[in-house]
Amino acid sequence: MSVIIEGFISLLLIAGGIFVFIGSLGMAHLRDFYMRLHGPTKATTLGIGCMLIASMAYFWSVDGKPDAQELLITLFLFITAPVSAHLLAKSGLHLQLKRVDKTQGKPVELRPEEVGEKPVPHPDKGHG
Amino acid sequence: MIAPRSWLPTPVLSILLLVVWLLLVRSYAFGQFVLGGALAILIPLLTHRFWDVRPRIAKPFVLLRFIFRVLGDIVIANFEVAYLIVNPWRKLKPHFIEYPLMLEERFTITLLASTISLTPGTVSANLRMDGKSLLIHALNVDDEEALIRQIRERYERPLKEIYEC
Repeated sequence: MSVIIEGFISLLLIAGGIFVFIGSLGMAHLRDFYMRLHGPTKATTLGIGCMLIASMAYFWSVDGKPDAQELLITLFLFITAPVSAHLLAKSGLHLQLKRVDKTQGKPVELRPEEVGEKPVPHPDKGHG
Repeated sequence: MIAPRSWLPTPVLSILLLVVWLLLVRSYAFGQFVLGGALAILIPLLTHRFWDVRPRIAKPFVLLRFIFRVLGDIVIANFEVAYLIVNPWRKLKPHFIEYPLMLEERFTITLLASTISLTPGTVSANLRMDGKSLLIHALNVDDEEALIRQIRERYERPLKEIYEC
């Protein structure tokens, strides 16, 4: 295996590792549930993509014939990552998870009055 | 029970299944073609009641361009989100956005929602029951209108053109 291919593969592996690490870091230290979702859905797709390309290149250079099996993993990942993120966000909304105060936008799903969890105070309280 | 209309209700799914089978067994022998082909016909027949009605692809070339555009955007999205996470002086402005949908078919809405989740700084959070609007959570947004316009022009219009024109 030539040095150039080795360097290319190592570069891809390192880049993939960095991206996956940053994705996990985002999941660990962003402020609320909805922001934490962004890390694993995005930063990991490219990271795993890099690693799979590296794997394809390695086995191509070792076995001498191209192998597209890794493409399947990419395909499944691209199908499942958004769906699981959507379901997680949906269940987060359902459970009324807290969001950071600076979050703008008021979705109906998160207003306590709309869901009936907290009773809306009546305008005139004098009549008890 | 309703009988399937033909022995090949979803040709695209069948081709996809055959390709996936061949890649999984890592062999292109004739026997694997026969076995994979049999499975590719049998599985759609057994599961066709589960599948939603899928609209016909009207413009395959626009679809191809759309796929490449999304792949490029995924790479950009990764860099953007990675930068937002690592940058210690970041001032994130998270935002819940209601996106009014133009698409009507459930299948294309699914495609759009997945695309939104995979591309820069946005995760689709909830599809309203009436199917008229999509709730999106964005990691860092300055201008809500601009984001809605960007999604509309970049992803929704091509999808509508491809499937529902």
